[in-house]
Amino acid sequence: MIRSLPCSRLYITGYRLYITLFYIFLIMPLVTICVLAFNDSNYIALPWEGFSLDWFFANTNERLGLFKDVDLLLSIWVSFKTGFFVALFSTIVGTMAALLFEEEKFRLKGLLYFLALSPLVIPGVILGISILLSSTNAGLFMEDSFGLDIEFLRPSFWLVVIGQFSFGSTYVMLLVSARLKKFDRTLEEAALSLRATRLQVIWLITLPFLRPAIIGAFIVAFLISFANFNTTIFLVGSDPTLPVDLYSRIKFSSTPVLNAVSFMIVAFITLAASISFFLNRKNG
Amino acid sequence: MMKKPRGTFYLLITPVLLWLLALIVIPHMDLMYRSLRFETDDGLWVFSLNNYLAFFEDQIYWLTFVKTALYSIFVTILAFVVTFPVAFFLTKVIGKKYSSFMTLLLLIPIWIGELVTVYGWMILLRDNGVINSFLMKLRLIDAPIEMLFTNFSMTIGLLYISMLFMIVPMMSALDSMDDSLIEAASDLGASKWTIFRQIVIPYTTPGIVSGGIIVFMLVIGDYVAPNILGGKSSLWFTEQIYNKFLASFNWNEGAAFGFLLLLLSSFIVWVALKLSGQKLDKVGS
Repeated sequence: MIRSLPCSRLYITGYRLYITLFYIFLIMPLVTICVLAFNDSNYIALPWEGFSLDWFFANTNERLGLFKDVDLLLSIWVSFKTGFFVALFSTIVGTMAALLFEEEKFRLKGLLYFLALSPLVIPGVILGISILLSSTNAGLFMEDSFGLDIEFLRPSFWLVVIGQFSFGSTYVMLLVSARLKKFDRTLEEAALSLRATRLQVIWLITLPFLRPAIIGAFIVAFLISFANFNTTIFLVGSDPTLPVDLYSRIKFSSTPVLNAVSFMIVAFITLAASISFFLNRKNG
Repeated sequence: MMKKPRGTFYLLITPVLLWLLALIVIPHMDLMYRSLRFETDDGLWVFSLNNYLAFFEDQIYWLTFVKTALYSIFVTILAFVVTFPVAFFLTKVIGKKYSSFMTLLLLIPIWIGELVTVYGWMILLRDNGVINSFLMKLRLIDAPIEMLFTNFSMTIGLLYISMLFMIVPMMSALDSMDDSLIEAASDLGASKWTIFRQIVIPYTTPGIVSGGIIVFMLVIGDYVAPNILGGKSSLWFTEQIYNKFLASFNWNEGAAFGFLLLLLSSFIVWVALKLSGQKLDKVGS
């Protein structure tokens, strides 16, 4: 059953077979996309018509490759920008929240902590519509009372950033808190007793200790933002992010350029995961 | 405890309060308020329960609602059944060297994102898709089996996008479990099933519950998999909300529907936490 216990041959073979099937199930859609990205065909699926790079580089009437498709490139760029700002703001506020909940004592702490965790159990759709409602209300209010037209309160790039930030901070907070729990508090006490101010202690001692977790949280927030669809769809303005663009293409106009974009994403994530794997092994 | 200057406290709490009030509390109050507003025939806005009435009057809405709830529970259980042996295998059966590599493989589909993986399944399951072509080449079937746009394809999609979130918490629970517990039980003559039911499962319950809640939330709140892989018969409740907001622009009814979905998911999560005696803060970790 476990490493140290002997087992019947049938049991072991059966178990291994199941695990193999599971991994085939896991990898099948990814491999399919990657292979079909190089198919010399005008249809997204089989049959295989031979190898071609058309869906990356072609610019003909029939085929518009990924690197020639201005709309697609633009949505990728929008997603990168969104991801960057979401990661930046989430990292700052999420880290502050982690410090607040781990180190400070105050009234209503339990309630606030519950609220900070709540995005984990609120469906993304609900966050999307409620932020849309609120920002629309606020926008109308600003216009009626002050005659101001504030762009980020309408569906737009910045509203998407705000919406994704609302749950991005929760993930950052959890990741940073996990590391903060391992922090040796006597280091802070020592610095405080040597007359460092609280802010100096955080800046010079706590934050450097948290740095790996903060960098990791930044990357996680970026990736969460990059892949988000459920919340984004309600808040998106005239410039779609990549998932929104992909969705409308899958629904209404699928060409194999979708395979090419998906291939790029799969390749990029796999590469990044492998790098982090080898770095971890070297350090650990 | 040393007395701390309060300045830092205010510096930390201000942005956090802003985040929680402006983006969590007020929007959800707006959602509730909006769901209770109704425009009468005279063009007056009044408080009423009419938006909720629309939900109960039209059969398709509450049928979809019930179906979404039951289906999400079903997919969550399915995710547990499918992934538990994998989590056990990676933590207890094979060596560390292979285990860390195989765990890494599990994380890749998560980061790739559901749109790409759901799209991959669409290509696999189409009539002229990979699976059908393959089966026809092997002459196992003569005509393509209709797999896409059915409840089957939707279930596969929902399972695929959510199940990996269950493995990670289960693995960390299993990791902290001492192997000697299993060895001792085995020495005393317990069967595999007894060990599994009486030792492994109780020990892993916290991981199963947090993983289960995450899976359930992902499934019940998902739109992409039911919409792209599901057929006409596999309506998902989120699709109704999308339609209210983005197609028919009836935001008030949409708000009511959203609020109902929020109540439903919170209720089921609450029941799961109560039944297992856990707290919400454990789900996050």
